[in-house]
Amino acid sequence: MASSTYIANIPRRSGVRVLYDRLRGGDEIAYLVTLACAVATLLIVALLVGELWINSQPTVKTFGWHFLTSSRWDPNSGNFGALPFIYGTCVTSFLALLIAIPLGVAASVFLAEMAPPKLSNILTFLIELLAAVPSVIYGLLGIFILVPLIRDYLVPVLTKLFGYLPIFSGDFYGVSFLSAGMVLAIMVVPFIVSVSREVLLAVPTDQREAALALGATKWETTWQIVIPNALTGIFGSIFLALARALGETMAVTMVIGNTPKITASLLSPGYSIAAVIANEFAEASGDLYVSSLMFLGLVLFGLTIIINAVARILILTTQKRGA
Amino acid sequence: MNPALIGSPSQPVTLSDAKLSAKDLSFYYGTFQALYNISLSIAPHKITAFIGPSGCGKSTFLRTMNRMNEILRNTRVEGELTLDGQDLLAMDVTTVRRRVGMVFQKSNPFPKSIFDNVAYGLRVNGMHKRSVVEEAVERSLTHAALWTEVKDKLNKPATALSGGQQQRLCIARALAVEPEVLLLDEPCSALDPIATLKIEELLFEIKSLTTIVIVTHNMQQAARLADYTGFFFMGKLVEFDDTRVMFQNPHKKETEDYITGRFG
Ligand SMILES: Nc1ncnc2c1ncn2[C@@H]1O[C@H](COP(=O)(O)OP(=O)(O)O)[C@@H](O)[C@H]1O
Ligand SMILES: [Mg+2]
Repeated sequence: MASSTYIANIPRRSGVRVLYDRLRGGDEIAYLVTLACAVATLLIVALLVGELWINSQPTVKTFGWHFLTSSRWDPNSGNFGALPFIYGTCVTSFLALLIAIPLGVAASVFLAEMAPPKLSNILTFLIELLAAVPSVIYGLLGIFILVPLIRDYLVPVLTKLFGYLPIFSGDFYGVSFLSAGMVLAIMVVPFIVSVSREVLLAVPTDQREAALALGATKWETTWQIVIPNALTGIFGSIFLALARALGETMAVTMVIGNTPKITASLLSPGYSIAAVIANEFAEASGDLYVSSLMFLGLVLFGLTIIINAVARILILTTQKRGA
Repeated sequence: MNPALIGSPSQPVTLSDAKLSAKDLSFYYGTFQALYNISLSIAPHKITAFIGPSGCGKSTFLRTMNRMNEILRNTRVEGELTLDGQDLLAMDVTTVRRRVGMVFQKSNPFPKSIFDNVAYGLRVNGMHKRSVVEEAVERSLTHAALWTEVKDKLNKPATALSGGQQQRLCIARALAVEPEVLLLDEPCSALDPIATLKIEELLFEIKSLTTIVIVTHNMQQAARLADYTGFFFMGKLVEFDDTRVMFQNPHKKETEDYITGRFG
């Protein structure tokens, strides 16, 4: 009784008052602010792509799709082709993942499932610190430590055992796809380890207990139950690593050799999209040169999106099968 | 009433053909003692229920019987625990867990197909022959009263089943490895009355296959289902007896108070 009288007695308010009151409630403000931020993010990306597209028009008009399939990059004669850079970016990133995935996933399994919690926390802290090291430092490490090691120990073994394979043929001068791939691997491992460890730790205990209660060993439980449960997250960590590897500029340019060539041998020098843009933009003369570099930027953007999409589709299909 | 089955700290149980038996069993989480000198025997092919207020150590005791508590750091067991007269604490732990199965409070199917869930225990114990696995899966699902509901969708994800079905699936999964003892920790606490009834019925049916130990906070459930009931309070087994005696004529005042709802 009392409450209905109360409701009836609420004074009518003008439209502005009502709007003000509702805004004060927070929901609308939160909605508008977050919406604005989301739109702004999209807008920035759209502007970026638009700008790259407009500025790369001279190249688009001159070469068309041929730009993507041509492997000639000769600014002096006005010939521009993106293929060596696309190739270099893909090869080094693929190599990096090939090394970093097993290493990173194994390390995260150790940290999440096997190591005592204290040790695990300390090691994880140290590994996460590695993710914060500037890439130029990795480049220096690559030049002064990794490349000599590769030259003195790894390459002799590789050429002796697998020298008949095209990918390990030819001479090795230090800077190469192999060196860039390995530096990238070291750079992306921390991402894989720290994210994968988190998702492994987040697998519910009752999943482990269910397997153990059926007589599974600890390792069987980890391998057959915990890792499949965490697979989506582990893939996520690999994406992160891939995105980093595709776009990495500084460290790669310091060890890849900056030679726009397509060769099967991982021991030869090469070039990557990010590296060529960074190296040549400042001194690029002429519209076509600049616009070709712009177009390369667009290609890198597209490449990242395509590779991510493919990887995501891959995940969805494995999940469908697994679930 | 069976005087041989009365168990209390002062009066340890002796039962010559006990499936499982504990003697002066104490359990510690670090420095916290969760169980105090539990002594009792679990009769084969019977249903034994444990009741008691929450936090009194029922789950701890259950998880000591398949050594699930060993996965926690800093835990310690004292006393004796035997399975068919053999020292359970000295056996290979995977063997113990295969022989003493467990169903948990919250249903926990693997994110795999219904078939693979039930087959998991067989495969992990080395049985890969397709025909044998298929047969065991059907048998287990039948015992768990789930076969008719899922036989046409064995390849569908287990997580798509309803809560009650998931719990019966977990029972089927546990039964597939033909455990000698099946431990159930409040298996119906998240289920509606109809789903609960289904599980009670099937437990009654599978008594012939295995020895059942169930923790429940539902006293009617214990009264309906169990041949023997134990009352835990503050880490101690206060009273353990024939279910009818426990509910109609308990010897200890704490038991009576708890059963009549005067505390807990
Ligand atoms: N993992 C654990 N670590 C420390 N103490 C625990 C742990 N699990 C349970 N306990 C404690 O042990 C006692 C018994 O718990 P539990 O066996 O789960 O009781 P119940 O199943 O009867 O509710 C409680 O006091 C609880 O707080
Ligand atoms: Mg409990």
